Amino acid sequence: MTEVQEHYTLRVNGRDHAVEDAWLGESLLYVLRERLGLPGSKSGCEQGECGSCSVTVDGVLVCACLVLAASAVETEILTIEGLAGPDDPMTVVQEAFVTEGGVQCGFCTPGLVMAVHDLLERIPEPSDLEVREAISGNLCRCTGYGRVLAAVQQAVARGVRG
Amino acid sequence: MTDTATRAPARDGIGASAVRPDGVAKTKGAFAFTSDLFAEGLLWGRTLRSPHASARIRSVDTEAARAIPGVAAVVTALDVPGLPTYGLDEADQPVFAIDVVRYAGEPIAAVAADHPETARRALEAIVVHYEVTDGVYDPEEAFDAPPIHPNGNVFRHVPIRKGDPDATGEVVVEGMYEVGMQDQAFMGPESGLAIPAEDGGVELYISTQWLHVDRDQVAACLDLPPEKVRLTLGGVGGAFGAREDVSLQVHVCLLALRTGRPVRMVYSREESFHGHVHRHPARIWMRHHAGADGRIVKLEARLLLDGGAYQSTSTHVISNAACFASGPYVVPNAVIDGYSVRTNNPPCGAMRGFGAVQACFAHEGQMDKLAAACGLEPVEVRLRNAMAHGDTLVTGQVVAGTLPTRECIEAAAALPLPPDPADDWLARPGGTGRTTDRSDVQRGLGWAVGLKNLMYAEGADDYSTASCRLEGGFAVITSAAAEVGQGFVTLAAQIGRTVLGIDDVTLGPAQTATIGSAGSTSASRQTWMSGGAVEAACVAVRAQVLAHVAASRGVPVAELALVDGRIASADGSVDVAVAEAAPGVVFEATEEFHHHRTHPLDAGGQGQAHVAFAVACHRAVVDVDAELGLVRVVQIATGQDVGKALNPLAVRGQIEGGIAQGVGLAVLEEIVLDKGRIRNPSFTDYLIPTALDMPEVVATLIEQPEPGAPFGAKGVGEAPTVSSHAAVVAAIRAATGLDLARCPVRPQDIALAPRVAG
Repeated sequence: MTEVQEHYTLRVNGRDHAVEDAWLGESLLYVLRERLGLPGSKSGCEQGECGSCSVTVDGVLVCACLVLAASAVETEILTIEGLAGPDDPMTVVQEAFVTEGGVQCGFCTPGLVMAVHDLLERIPEPSDLEVREAISGNLCRCTGYGRVLAAVQQAVARGVRG
Repeated sequence: MTDTATRAPARDGIGASAVRPDGVAKTKGAFAFTSDLFAEGLLWGRTLRSPHASARIRSVDTEAARAIPGVAAVVTALDVPGLPTYGLDEADQPVFAIDVVRYAGEPIAAVAADHPETARRALEAIVVHYEVTDGVYDPEEAFDAPPIHPNGNVFRHVPIRKGDPDATGEVVVEGMYEVGMQDQAFMGPESGLAIPAEDGGVELYISTQWLHVDRDQVAACLDLPPEKVRLTLGGVGGAFGAREDVSLQVHVCLLALRTGRPVRMVYSREESFHGHVHRHPARIWMRHHAGADGRIVKLEARLLLDGGAYQSTSTHVISNAACFASGPYVVPNAVIDGYSVRTNNPPCGAMRGFGAVQACFAHEGQMDKLAAACGLEPVEVRLRNAMAHGDTLVTGQVVAGTLPTRECIEAAAALPLPPDPADDWLARPGGTGRTTDRSDVQRGLGWAVGLKNLMYAEGADDYSTASCRLEGGFAVITSAAAEVGQGFVTLAAQIGRTVLGIDDVTLGPAQTATIGSAGSTSASRQTWMSGGAVEAACVAVRAQVLAHVAASRGVPVAELALVDGRIASADGSVDVAVAEAAPGVVFEATEEFHHHRTHPLDAGGQGQAHVAFAVACHRAVVDVDAELGLVRVVQIATGQDVGKALNPLAVRGQIEGGIAQGVGLAVLEEIVLDKGRIRNPSFTDYLIPTALDMPEVVATLIEQPEPGAPFGAKGVGEAPTVSSHAAVVAAIRAATGLDLARCPVRPQDIALAPRVAG
């Protein structure tokens, strides 16, 4: 890329990351995946329909593909890698996804896990409709959502927020 | 029991709901999909595609694109060193269009650049002069139109003639049915990473359904020996048939070899819609003749599938559609003609259900008409005709294995119905749109039963290979079977634990360089075929271990048994854990598994063409607001023939996921074409079910172990998709009284349908 390159800093999962020589048109998803070594957020549609790239920016659940990376400076960004590191135990939600069969191909899973964490932080005991509404922005093609809903139920039953 | 010393060995063996070995990594975002792979010096590949469905290419000028700083290579048809075309059966599809474009989205050129935006700009800078020509967009016109391709416009005609063509009955019902073009819409778009190798070959990390057949096609196009094209399965984000054909494989390897650098190619969602085959749209006419008691006497049918511009698997999909046009019913006389043809529409090929889905929509519509004509309940007419073990298909093949059609229907019928339409606004059609008054809600109930074969057919020897290596109580199983989300990795380890009696069983990487072909992850075949290969390899290793212990302890091998992780003799003189039986010794075996031989259909469509069959019944309940054309699918109940559930949790996941795709085909999903161009190549415009669209699913598994199948298990992936769409549409017909001969059912099909006055 020959045009003006930008340098900025993003705060992701509690750590500052320098972004250097970046094209201003890059989405937050691109920068997370390709520049910061955080490929856990997935690129499924690049237009905010599938939710596979769900992250939180200052506590708000967003599709990282629709956020310009450079516009996210001075925010707190949380990605799937920030919920539990490689050596950390899984969160209750993550554990429920595994044991209830909520994971098949797994491409939508990081986004779904982020969405469920966001839901349970807002509404610790959601109704079935609230759960379905909360994850309706996360497309899954493998599970038909049955085991995903079971996973959310299990996480709720264990009474742990997020 | 958390004490590992006292834990029962071989936990999570066959029959247990073992959890996925990749589940933890997948929930943490640490699982490496192909699109997540990185290599030093990586370039980005992108494809230029034709906007026209039918055109002659006058010129392709890549000069300006090559001049853009950061562009490392631009390749076109002229740069393909080997075979210029590829294809699963017939190499009729160009790697890049050569002089002619036959569908909108056909690749013209590819670029590699230092940044995806550079690559995008390079594509814009390629100048292609097209001369747009008249295309064929209606499959009915393909027969008489000038050939679109030197191979002609008819991929295959499958005639089936059984019994007396003049037989008839007191009741005759007839209908025309249509099924739209469905997309597999897996969540992880096509992706590949190609790395040039020092020996002049290439390493390709790829999301695919069948590594070895990809390798052979790529090697032919690159003019390399197969051993110099080494494929490794990357993490696959779903498949459903769309990864059976080559998409970007040749392009990305060619760019890597041309630049001498690693190249990654990942499709956008829009490109994904253009870059893989779809479910064939179908037009099907059927006429059933029956006795007054509803027993079928004869089926006449004509099935027409639009295969699009290139052959892919069109010859097999039409064979399946024709063979299963009769559904899971005894049909003594049949006159069936199936055609798959070439048009200038996007190529069609494999999708979950593979021809049986289209046929089912028609035969189930017919069964409801037959029930009405005979004054029978929909369930009753199906039970009266239900096919079972020992019955004969329209192809003359006797069903030698299990086929619990009746049991599936009765099981679905026995499941509880959902409560009456809710008082809750949000639970009505239209949901949060709050459009529907309770008085506008009409509830309907519909039935469908579907039949499909398992494994490849008509003489194909789609064998599978697996190896097992056991050392110090740890086993590693290697298979090239593509894990695409279905759970083969879970199952292979379960089989290993059960056969070897140990806990520590892991899977090696799926690669072409280290193991023979596993065949395709399709046709509901990996549980049977690769499960069978894994079982055989583990059994061979178990025999080696027992022989070793027998020799070293001086006891006859016949007196030794491997039970619960221990090798013991009947008299108790030998009792040693597998892990400690042979310190330092490595036991290893590689085995191939073949299913019994099948044969091509003859000129009358008769023959032993299929290996085995699976059946499922679906009962759908819908609420409809007929004024607005809104449908809410409330519940799907299913009885499914599974042979034996090797992992009940995974089976349930397949059933629910497969039904979701059926619900999508019933009321949401269709690729809309305008003179061959896809009008809705995005998830904004091509809708797949969300969590709010999905109904409750209740299921009963019918377990009748299949003779000859490893552990008695049938593949379970396709049956949920074969008939669930037909059940939903039947329910909408029941709610509205409309004929609805086409799926998906769109709001206008209901709201704007002519209604009988009064």
